Amino acid sequence: MSIIKDTGQYALLMYRVFAVPDRGRMFWRQFPKELEKLGLASLPIVIIISVFIGAIMTIQTKLNTENPLLPTYSTGLVTRDTLLLEFSSTIMCLILAGKVGSNIASEIGTMRITEQIDAIEIMGVNSANYLILPKITAFVVMMPFLVIFSMAIGLFGGYLVGVFGDIITTADYLLGIQYAFIPYYVFYSVVKSLVFAFLISSVASYYGYYAYGGALNVGKASTNAVVNSSILILFFNLLITNLMLN
Amino acid sequence: MIKVTNLFKSFDGEEVLKDISAVFETGKCNMIIGQSGSGKTVLMKSIIGLHRIDSGRIEYDGRNMPDMRMRDIRLLRREVGMLFQGSALFDSLTVMENVMYPLEMFSSSTKKEMELRAKFCLDRVNLPEHSYHLFPSEISGGMQKRVAIARAISLNPKYLFCDEPNSGLDPKTSIIIDKLIFEITHEFNITTIVNSHDMNSVIEIGENIIFINNGLMAWSGTNKDIYGAKNEDLNDFVFASELYKQVKMINQ
Repeated sequence: MSIIKDTGQYALLMYRVFAVPDRGRMFWRQFPKELEKLGLASLPIVIIISVFIGAIMTIQTKLNTENPLLPTYSTGLVTRDTLLLEFSSTIMCLILAGKVGSNIASEIGTMRITEQIDAIEIMGVNSANYLILPKITAFVVMMPFLVIFSMAIGLFGGYLVGVFGDIITTADYLLGIQYAFIPYYVFYSVVKSLVFAFLISSVASYYGYYAYGGALNVGKASTNAVVNSSILILFFNLLITNLMLN
Repeated sequence: MIKVTNLFKSFDGEEVLKDISAVFETGKCNMIIGQSGSGKTVLMKSIIGLHRIDSGRIEYDGRNMPDMRMRDIRLLRREVGMLFQGSALFDSLTVMENVMYPLEMFSSSTKKEMELRAKFCLDRVNLPEHSYHLFPSEISGGMQKRVAIARAISLNPKYLFCDEPNSGLDPKTSIIIDKLIFEITHEFNITTIVNSHDMNSVIEIGENIIFINNGLMAWSGTNKDIYGAKNEDLNDFVFASELYKQVKMINQ
C-alpha cells in the first residue's frame, strides 16, 4: 500500500514540477547555480573514484588474464569495456546518489520543516516547480559530461598504474583500449546516465519535499532518498541493459 | 474582509475544528487566540488554504476559496502576505534578496524599482541599512521577524497572516513587533489575522478577537470586551497569571 501511495504522490509531484515556471528568469537564475552545485561540485569525487577504479581494474584484469593464449592487449580492452559499460554510468551514479541525493533531500527537507516551502506557496508560487525543476534539469544536463569524464579519467588511471607499475606496456594498453571499440557502448552509457540522473534528483526531491517534523525526519528522508534511488538505479540498469544490449 | 462560515476540519477522523464561523475585518488586527493544541494554527492554515477543509466557506471579499481551482488560489495568494512563527526566511538569500523575492516573482517593475520598493519596506520595519546584505543566520530573531514582515508587505497585500509573531522574542522586541503589525495594518488598510497566545499582544493590538477552545469558537469580542467576558474557559486562559488577574480587577 505504501508503495502505491508513494508512487502516486511522486507522480503528482512530478506533474507539478514539470509545469511552465511562473517566472522564466527565476528558473534561469537557479539553473546555473544548480549546475555548479550538483554537477561541478561532484567533479572531485568523480575524478578520485574513477582514477582508483581504473587503476584497480587494470591490476585485477592483468592478474586474471595471465594465460599466454590471451593477447597482451586484453587488459586494456577489458578495463575499457568495464568502465564504459558499467562503472562510469551505473556505479558512478550509485555513488552520486549518495552525494547528490542526500544533498537535495536534506536541502529541500530543511526548507520544508522550517516553513520556507509554505512561505513560497503562500506567495502563490508553484514551490515544486521553483525548487525542483532547476535541480532535475541541471543534474540531467551535467550527468553525461560526468560519465564521459569518468570514462576518460578511469582509462587514464588504468594507464598510470599499468605503465608505472610495470604491469603492461604503453603500446599494449593503448592498443587494448582502442581494439574493437564499439561507440554504441558510450551511447548506451549516456542513455543510462540520463535516466539515473533523473531518478536520483527526482526521488531525492520527492523525499525532501514531503519531509515533516524535525531534523530527525530530514535525516530519514535523506536516507530514504539514497536507498530508494539506488534500488531504482539497479532496477532500471537491468531494464535498460535488456532493452539496449540484449 | 475574510468571512469563515461553518468550517469543519478533521485529521484521520478526529475533528479539530468544529463549525467555526467568524468575520475578520479589513483594517483591523484580528486575533485568533487559544491554548496550545486548541486548533488555532489549523484554523489559520485552513483559511490560507495550506490545509484542505472538510466543509464550510472561506470568503476573501466574497471569493470562496474552497470552490477555487489551484490556479485561482495561486492568484489569490498573491494578495496575501504571511509572517511565519520561525520567520521562514530563505537561508540562501540575503535580507535584501528575501524582500525582493516576491517582487521578482510577480512584479513587472525594473530591478531598480524593485530595489527601491524593497528598501522602502525594510526601512518601514526599521531595519538598519547595514544589515541589508547579511544572510538570515547573521541577524537576530527580532530582525528576522522584521525582514519577514517587510517581505510580507512588499507586494502590498490585502491580507496579512501572522502566526505566533512573538514566538522566541524578548518582551521588549515583542512589543515592537506588535506595534509594527498594528501600524502596518492601519497604514495600508490590510485585513490582518494574528494567531497568538501572548496576552500582551491580545491586550495591545486585539481589535477583534476570537477564542478557540477544543476546536470550537468559544468567544469573540474586542480587547476591551475581554475584561468583562463571562466565558470561564476564556478567563482561565487569558487571566491565568496573577498579574493579569490584577489587571482585570483594576479594569473592572
